[in-house]
Amino acid sequence: MTTDPMAAIRETFFQECEEQLAALEGGLILMETGAADSETVNAVFRAVHSIKGGAGIFALDALVRFAHVFETSLDQVRAGALAPAPHVLNMLLRAADVLADLVRAARSGKPADEQRIAALVAEFAHLGDAQPPPKKARIMPRWEISFTALPALYAKANETVLLLRELQLLGEMHVSLDASRLPELGMLDPEGAYFTWNITLESACSARDIHDVFEFVTEDCTLEIDESESELEPELQPGSVITGANGFSFEFFAPVETETAAAPETEPAPPIAASIEPSPKPEASVNATIRVDLDRVDRMIDLVGELVINEAMLSQRVLEAGINRASGVAMALEALEHLTREIQDSVMAIRAQPVRSVFQRMPRLVREVAAQTGKQVRLITEGEGTEVDKTVIERIADPLTHMIRNAIDHGLETPEKRLASCKPAEGLVRLSALHRSGRIVLEVADDGGGINRARVRQKAVENGVIAADAALSEDEIDNLIFLPGFSTASTVSDISGRGVGMDVVRQSVAALGGRISIASRPGLGSVFTLSLPLTLAVLDGMVVSTGGHTLIIPLSAIVETLKPKLADIFALDRKINVIRLRGGYVPLVDVAESLGYREHRATPEQAVALLVEGEGGMRAVLIVDAIHGQRQVVIKSLEANYRAVPGIAAATVMGDGRVALILDVDVVIKSASSDGVRQETVKGLYAPAMELIEHG
Amino acid sequence: MAESNAKSSNIDNDVAARRELIAFRVGRQEFCIDVMMVREIRGWSAATALPRAPLYVRGVINLRGAVLPIIDLARRLGLPSTEPSARNVIIVIQVAHQQMGLLVDAVSDILTIDGRQIQPSPDVASDLVRSFVKGLLPVEGRMISLIALDHVLPDEAQAA
Repeated sequence: MTTDPMAAIRETFFQECEEQLAALEGGLILMETGAADSETVNAVFRAVHSIKGGAGIFALDALVRFAHVFETSLDQVRAGALAPAPHVLNMLLRAADVLADLVRAARSGKPADEQRIAALVAEFAHLGDAQPPPKKARIMPRWEISFTALPALYAKANETVLLLRELQLLGEMHVSLDASRLPELGMLDPEGAYFTWNITLESACSARDIHDVFEFVTEDCTLEIDESESELEPELQPGSVITGANGFSFEFFAPVETETAAAPETEPAPPIAASIEPSPKPEASVNATIRVDLDRVDRMIDLVGELVINEAMLSQRVLEAGINRASGVAMALEALEHLTREIQDSVMAIRAQPVRSVFQRMPRLVREVAAQTGKQVRLITEGEGTEVDKTVIERIADPLTHMIRNAIDHGLETPEKRLASCKPAEGLVRLSALHRSGRIVLEVADDGGGINRARVRQKAVENGVIAADAALSEDEIDNLIFLPGFSTASTVSDISGRGVGMDVVRQSVAALGGRISIASRPGLGSVFTLSLPLTLAVLDGMVVSTGGHTLIIPLSAIVETLKPKLADIFALDRKINVIRLRGGYVPLVDVAESLGYREHRATPEQAVALLVEGEGGMRAVLIVDAIHGQRQVVIKSLEANYRAVPGIAAATVMGDGRVALILDVDVVIKSASSDGVRQETVKGLYAPAMELIEHG
Repeated sequence: MAESNAKSSNIDNDVAARRELIAFRVGRQEFCIDVMMVREIRGWSAATALPRAPLYVRGVINLRGAVLPIIDLARRLGLPSTEPSARNVIIVIQVAHQQMGLLVDAVSDILTIDGRQIQPSPDVASDLVRSFVKGLLPVEGRMISLIALDHVLPDEAQAA
């Protein structure tokens, strides 16, 4: 469209930036896991350098300035002057986020968050100054103390905790418990002593001072005191006792890894709360690619669709002409059919993309939400290579973002709570994608507390969604969270608690012809499962006819088909009929009348009825003349050459080459309700029976 | 875009411009449009009616995978119209970014004319005729109306 050559080059630059940013983040994450080699570091450096170079050409000064600072630090890492310690990598990852923000800001012309950039630039400067930070923190002499209590110590009513507390007053202390001598319960001598404490003490004190602490128990314990030469970080054993500056916490069994209490001084940022694990097998093979205008691909898909229809028509004609199925013509035609299908699959595959591009945005999200909530989160992604049509890719990012926020904010517990229930402090969120029976299935699983069913139920009763005495299965309670206005976090946070919660996700998923469900186990976590069609270019529909026209009703909107009985139908007023359905009343819509195909409505008892559910759980019963079965149809736009038609979502081409229209279920439902039926009566699954007086 | 500019100004200014026009019959009248607008000419195939569309929109057909609206030109111009049959013809034209099919009775001629031959239509014609007919062309004793098709679709299409 654009004729400005500079604009086109600029667009290419931004596209390349996105690729560089993805490479940058991928490389940094690889470094974080320790799986990086020098080539990874080089690749990371190159990514930032390329962005800086390109930004210079387009005079994007803010971007150049920040990229330069970023690049300088990366250069230090590359040269080995700066060790890629966890706090450094955390900062580099955040810098990558800011760089991405700047690129997007430059692309859209909107200003970036100056404050955040300035803060990070200052941090980078600090990082340079304080180099090397670990040495600075090690000026104090370090004492290694091994303290083994003998039974006599306890017999004399001494308390080891008090001794350790006193020792702590001397300086920064790490304690680990060696419980290896602890026998099986049956062998345990209740008056025995089995523990050894290994203590690392950073203190300017003398050996004399340490001995003084143990003065009264010297004869009843084994005490070894060494001045350490080591400059290394103290290695903490899993299952050890960790003492922070605030006192003691004991943890005996679980192999818990906890951060060392001595955070480097130069770390003003929050501790690394999120670490990212890439797929076990990174599918990172680089293939040669070309960029193709999407319009060209779409055009090709249209043509192939036409080829399929023409081929079907040709087969039909050949059969009609009475040619034997075993003849050469029929066989050649069959080969042509195979070929045509193969071409169709290949063309669709051009638009298919791995979900990686969406998954790659999630580590950043996890870092940010983890920092906001003060939770420790590890994200594991699986099946990034799963391919799905581009039209779907573009639209799964928002629901996934919401689901992951939700998993961290509502699903995972705080580190304290997790430790209290014998779980690792670091919560796990698993994001996976796979193909299952012609659909893509995305799962967001957390190992948090699961759905608090009592609270969900209580909230549902408070909001009047269910009756106080309604009998619901566990599964039904879990699925209440998809109804509008549900958010069970007791404090409304700015992350996921605006009252627009999972119902919004469900709606946007339903709009794509998808489904979402939840499985939850108390104390063990929840799994949200999102199932979507592989492409938005095709749709599963029910072929119906009414008023002499063929229509497609999206299968995702259809709840059930039914045969209406006259006795169940009541006139609400002169225009609106309602039908009694399991104790509730649902408006009745004659599709042909609603679309103006005929003046008078069909006699309902001769028709077929479909219970449909639209956006927001609104329901209606649609009356059509006949149902002809299910079919997968290719979606064609009406707007491209005409304009939007109320009540019609799109069009498609049927096997005989004719155009059939796809019904816009939402509009049809609304057309029925806006005329006076109170929508609450059809609101959804748990709508109480409407107070309708049945003597019309 | 350049096409439509040329069309609106051709009567007065482009006197020497040579133009190629395609002429077709609708009922007992003959009309013509610039050949540059025409993408293809195909036989009539049954159209799928659109709900609540104006009468002159016959519906949509499948043109190699694209959905093409069919305008019944007779109805659009307020002329008597009959049910289309296999003898009818659809002229696929391009107007701005959209394609559409014009249902006509038959293509009659391809004319190469001099812009000076086009004469203005008299003021006595109805509003409907005046909004489409941009000029009259005498050819071998026949009268062919040159029509503009910028507003052939329902108005909402222009707004959309």
